[in-house]
Amino acid sequence: MTSVQLVFLLTAAITLYAALMVVLSKHLVHAALWLILVLAGIAVLYVLLNAGFLAVVQVAIYIDAIAILIIIVVMLTQRAMGETSMQVNRSWWLAALTSIVLFVGLVALFNQIPFLQSDAPALDVDAEVLLDDLGVSLVDVDQYILPFEVASVLLLAALVGSIMIAWPRGSASEEEHEA
Amino acid sequence: MIPLSWYIIFAAVLFCIGLYGALARRNALAILMGIELMLNAANVNIVAFWRYGTFAIRGQVFALIVFAVAAAEAAVGLALIISIYRRRTTIAVDEINMLKW
Amino acid sequence: MQPELLTWLIPLPPILAFFLIVLWANRNNRLSHTLAVGAMLLSWGMAMVVFWMAITSDDLGHNPFADSIEWLQTGEKTLNIGVLIDPLGAVSLFFVAWTCLAIFIYSIGYHNYGKQRDPQDRAGLPPKSGGIEPMYARFFAFISLFAFGMLTLVISDNLLLLFIGWEIMGLCSYLLIGFWYGKDSAKRAMIKAFITTRVGDVFMLLGLAYLYSETGTLNFRDILYNEEMLNTLASAPSVIAGLSTAGLIGLLLFMGTIGKSAQWPLHVWLPDAMEGPTPVSAMIHAATMVSAGVYLILRFFPLLTAGWHEGQALTPALTVVAFIGAFTALFAATIAVAQNDVKRVLAYSTISQLGYMVAAVGIGAFVAGAFHLITHAFFKALLFLGSGSVIHGMEHGEHSSGEHVDAKDMFNMGGLRAKMPRTFWTFLIGGFALSGFPVLTAGFWSKDEILADAFSSDHQVVFIVLALAAFLTAFYTMRQITLTFLGKPRTQAAEEAHESVWSMTAPLIILAVFALAAGWVGIPEQFPLLGGMLPNWFHDFVGGTLMGHPHAVPFNAVPLLTSVGVALGGLFLGWLVYRRVPSGAADPLARPLGPLYRLLQNKYYFDEIYDFLFIRPAYWFAETFVYRWLDRGLIDGILHAVGRTALRIGSFLRNAIDLPIVNGFGDAVGEGVKRAGNRFRVIQTGRVQEYLVVGLLFTGLLLSYVIFFQP
Repeated sequence: MTSVQLVFLLTAAITLYAALMVVLSKHLVHAALWLILVLAGIAVLYVLLNAGFLAVVQVAIYIDAIAILIIIVVMLTQRAMGETSMQVNRSWWLAALTSIVLFVGLVALFNQIPFLQSDAPALDVDAEVLLDDLGVSLVDVDQYILPFEVASVLLLAALVGSIMIAWPRGSASEEEHEA
Repeated sequence: MIPLSWYIIFAAVLFCIGLYGALARRNALAILMGIELMLNAANVNIVAFWRYGTFAIRGQVFALIVFAVAAAEAAVGLALIISIYRRRTTIAVDEINMLKW
Repeated sequence: MQPELLTWLIPLPPILAFFLIVLWANRNNRLSHTLAVGAMLLSWGMAMVVFWMAITSDDLGHNPFADSIEWLQTGEKTLNIGVLIDPLGAVSLFFVAWTCLAIFIYSIGYHNYGKQRDPQDRAGLPPKSGGIEPMYARFFAFISLFAFGMLTLVISDNLLLLFIGWEIMGLCSYLLIGFWYGKDSAKRAMIKAFITTRVGDVFMLLGLAYLYSETGTLNFRDILYNEEMLNTLASAPSVIAGLSTAGLIGLLLFMGTIGKSAQWPLHVWLPDAMEGPTPVSAMIHAATMVSAGVYLILRFFPLLTAGWHEGQALTPALTVVAFIGAFTALFAATIAVAQNDVKRVLAYSTISQLGYMVAAVGIGAFVAGAFHLITHAFFKALLFLGSGSVIHGMEHGEHSSGEHVDAKDMFNMGGLRAKMPRTFWTFLIGGFALSGFPVLTAGFWSKDEILADAFSSDHQVVFIVLALAAFLTAFYTMRQITLTFLGKPRTQAAEEAHESVWSMTAPLIILAVFALAAGWVGIPEQFPLLGGMLPNWFHDFVGGTLMGHPHAVPFNAVPLLTSVGVALGGLFLGWLVYRRVPSGAADPLARPLGPLYRLLQNKYYFDEIYDFLFIRPAYWFAETFVYRWLDRGLIDGILHAVGRTALRIGSFLRNAIDLPIVNGFGDAVGEGVKRAGNRFRVIQTGRVQEYLVVGLLFTGLLLSYVIFFQP
């Protein structure tokens, strides 16, 4: 057992436990906190996978933005569901079954593919070079500028949309007219 | 040293856990969290394959796009939850069944 | 102008007038009678021309005016229609044309043309107070149609066309007897007339069919002027033992005569036919239609006498004819003695005189029968028209005096000689002619000839019967004249009667001339004093109709004296008994004759007998058997049963098949879908999570199946 493997196993175990807690805990705030732990664990895994930039992005976006957002909304809607009412719906067992079946299926599938047993290939470039390549690819006209721009448009749309949806009482258009 | 299969299996487990959360929980926010888990699992999968493949940069690009999409979708989802909460003072999806028979 | 063409045209003006009046001139009285009389005048003119041509032609018997066209093709044979003017046809045409014309003109005055229509008068009833007849135009239409029928009959050259004319006249008789259809008695009389003559007509039609089947033709010349044909028919036996074919056919045709000419036993309709207006009685029931029956047997004289010669014993057919004729003559005369209605007396008189003619034919006296036919037509028409004039006078008197008496009852009349001189004198002439007043009147010559024939051919029974009938005829005629015209008026109405208009009395005068003069064309050559002065033109001319020219009867004093004796004696006795009958008194004969008088007055109760024997059963048959049992019971029963069965089948099909199976199936499908839907819709919980779970589960299962269990 090499050290890398150990780190991986530790990280994975913690992350998985935390994930389990997310879906099983009754308090929503606890769940949100457990979620943050999961996200952090995944960031560590990204580092293990030599995708440092993505690890940082993970932390910045998921933890700093999304998880905080979730917590804020939990605060806003806390009155809705108290700890005493049911947290799972009536067909939770079916959901569990589905998950397990899916997992078993996936694993069985994976075992049949030899490629998946291989090791990581050697890393023959620098991390900086990788980063450069990533940056260039996102703005290079011959490469992935289009998905990049589309993604930004998507974010813009989401932004505007969520504002409109979440606007308080009175239709959004009314407010817009007044404004 | 770490076989690819470990990462894949890890991602699979995470995904299934997230699936359970999305399908079994009554609270809309809990569902959203489950969905986040699933997205992250998928992202891990993508990055793992990028690392164990030919280092084509599109692996990372794809992962970045997934981030963006996940962010957008979380934002909209939360807005929806707030809107529904305002309307019906409930976020238990069990009770939001107006499209039933 | 060829006589055949003229002959074709003779019947046409009246039928044209009929259609014009019916379709067009219905409301215009003047136009109607103008059309009718004008048409009749035209026909009369053409008839006179043809008559003249006929009497001036050479041997008309051998070369008659004849023309024929094909009419109906029936398979291989063809039925023809055509015209024939031989001597018999010519003289018949003569008297028909004159009498019809006279009566047409008379009708104008009779129906009170020129008078205002009384607003109280209704169509269908006779006018009450001398107003114009409401159905004036209709009358003229009908008599025009009738004239067409009679003229057709007289000029026809075959039995079929004759029958057509015969039936048309039967129809017109029916229509005109019931002219005043508002009267119940008229309605019953019209049906009685039609049905009674119908009985005769059926047998006549049988005879016609039998004749056609035996000879293949209906043409008079082909059958009756054909020695060979007659002999064949006379020698072939018929289905009835004892009768030859000729005899049977003759008898069957004679039955038509019995019906049409009101011989016993089918005499019952003629007296009732007096319900019609008097011109109708004169024309149809005295001069023409009833004469058509006699005309028929005169026509078929060769057939009746086929195989018989003068001097032989009579064949069975001839015996029947002679018997019926003679019997009817006496029978009707006895009834006439006890009748009070002026028209009834004349009706029975007609029946009696027709019997004379029939008897004449029966004993083989062809010329005598034809002669009497013609003279009788003239003086009987005269008498009827005269009686019409009398009745009109009485009605005027009734109206002016306000008295309500039966204008037709002779016992209400009297003294009309002074009030209605023209009517009186013409009536007297007619009456004397009827009685056979010697020398002067036509009736004498014709009647005497029949008696002479009967006596000379040794038919003593017939002779005696006819002589008796002649006596009674004279008696009741004088009775009638005395009661009506002589003596003093018995009622106020008679007191205030006055003469009729010129349009009524002029025809009387014309006919009176004929009643006097018509006899002089037939004076027998061997008559003392007068015979030989004029040739017996009639005998020579009409005798030519037959193949074998009949011999003139040798003169014998016995029949002459007998006829003179019975005529004068009857007249004198009649005057004697009835000259002093005060008003309100009963018939002087009633007490002496006692129950016999009542028997005579009630016509030997023949009407009652027929009612019991025939009418009631027929009525029962129609009403109960056919209508109630067969029609309503059986036929309607079957129909109702069919209907009910159909209904039951229908409702069975509906309830057992249509509703459960067809509807049920449809409903079941719909219901099934609904229920299935109901069951399935619980899946739609509205909860997205549950949808996702199920979807994922199935997708997973499917994927695993694809991956693991498929190549």
